[in-house]
Amino acid sequence: MPEKRKLVCINCPIGCLMEVTLDGDTINSVKGYKCKRGLEYARAECTNPVRIVTSTVKVRNGCLPVVPVKTEKPIPKRMILDCMKEINRCCVKAPVKIGDIIVENLLGTGINIVATGNIPVSDKEQTAC
Amino acid sequence: MKKVDLVVVGGGPAGMAAAVKAKEKGIQDILILERENSLGGILNQCIHNGFGLHYFGEELTGPEYAARFIDRVHQMKIPYFLETTVLNIDNDKTVTAVNSTEGVFTIKAKSVILAMGCRERTRGALNIPGERPSGIYTAGTAQKYVNICGYMPGKSVVILGSGDIGLIMARRLTLEGAEVKMVCELLPYSGGLTRNIVQCLDDYNIPLRLNHTVVSIHGKERLEGVTVAEVDQNRKPIMETAEFVPCDTLLLSVGLIPENELSRDAGIKIDQITSGPVVDDRMETSVEGIFACGNVAHVHDLVDYVSNESERAGESAADYILGTNVPDRKETIVVTAGNGIRYTVPHLIRRQSLYRGTVKIFFRVADVYRNVRLVVRCGNNILVERKKIKVTPGEMEIIELKDKALQAVKAGEELVVELVTDKEGL
Repeated sequence: MPEKRKLVCINCPIGCLMEVTLDGDTINSVKGYKCKRGLEYARAECTNPVRIVTSTVKVRNGCLPVVPVKTEKPIPKRMILDCMKEINRCCVKAPVKIGDIIVENLLGTGINIVATGNIPVSDKEQTAC
Repeated sequence: MKKVDLVVVGGGPAGMAAAVKAKEKGIQDILILERENSLGGILNQCIHNGFGLHYFGEELTGPEYAARFIDRVHQMKIPYFLETTVLNIDNDKTVTAVNSTEGVFTIKAKSVILAMGCRERTRGALNIPGERPSGIYTAGTAQKYVNICGYMPGKSVVILGSGDIGLIMARRLTLEGAEVKMVCELLPYSGGLTRNIVQCLDDYNIPLRLNHTVVSIHGKERLEGVTVAEVDQNRKPIMETAEFVPCDTLLLSVGLIPENELSRDAGIKIDQITSGPVVDDRMETSVEGIFACGNVAHVHDLVDYVSNESERAGESAADYILGTNVPDRKETIVVTAGNGIRYTVPHLIRRQSLYRGTVKIFFRVADVYRNVRLVVRCGNNILVERKKIKVTPGEMEIIELKDKALQAVKAGEELVVELVTDKEGL
């Protein structure tokens, strides 16, 4: 049974409303796009949608209680919630620097979770803001 | 009294870019004054990605984007004071500030750059009726709690307003385990970027209710729920559609206001529409030698544009201090927002600043339009025109005027930016 899926293109403010007809993993047709980028976006979204995940990880004895992190590359969309579970399990020790690897090879994807902020060691008792 | 060539008020993306540029242009004696305990401004709490595509040619998170400029401030040894609040700026460029080590102090500057950014509109500004429980936050405050302080503002959430911060927070709170019940938007369209609607709402099946608003707030100690209703064409709630939505948290993402109390005290002319200073193409305000850039001048969609604009302000301040390339303030071309345009920045172009080659006019349209032309004209003479399939108030438009086009315009003449609807659609 072919499935019809509606998508809004995110490449520009026009936001073309597109309709993709899918047969399993095979794309039969894409309608409604105004440029090549729309077609490419629709294809990628229907076969292998990916996202960069950003969040925070707990920090011990830092000047702030959390450090911002991201997946170094986009990960499959279906793995976002499992990725969050991994992130929430983590706790790192200050100092943390931008680019430090927080989780290596996230869930076997070969993609690391890295720090996106600098958290120096606290010189006093930790204060939450 | 301490004397400094250039004082920059605010150490966010605008202030840092301006200071770095001024230093590059030969100003040695600079001081940045920052209210918070670190440089970087609001970028530090914007941990999501999508910054820097235009400026750095790569996709960064907010803290990473900020860090690039913080590193430059350090490398260039530009001095800054943290946890320092500016209390007053005089039109003779005397800056009064306070912090816990120096007490109240004054600095006499040759030039001042205003880079104070903007503030969120609050519940008080909206006059939402109802009780006054805890659990009502602006989206940016909630963002700071989650991303910097490491705690959650609540468990079940309604978001009013579909600005980008609200959309980003809908996803952020969902990822951290809260239930985001809906995002209500008073207007028939969202003010946020399409990308954010898709990746922050659609990805997590969070409903976006257009033409809806919060008409009442319930709860004695803690928020217990809100009443949501549809609105008619005049944005009046249709009470028959009212619905109680239980929640313990209400986030407001209902607009940003440039923070210009200091500018007003300095006697700087403020544009009623942008709520920012009236500026020329060099980002100079109505007070000679005081410049403004970033969200204090007008609210931007992208920090990349803030960096560009602030570099222009930094360069202009350097020129002013060194006395080079300073245009005659009497030789002025006025820029006016015409049909379908909400505002333009700059408001003025100095005739003699055309040596820079091009002048960029930033503006927002007043409504969503399809198949239009954006036009810059002087009298009946069309200088530039751009065809657009769709324009929305949420996306800042930019038109670049080449010096050739501008040379025909005389001082005292007016440039009109306007939107022309074609009778035959594309």
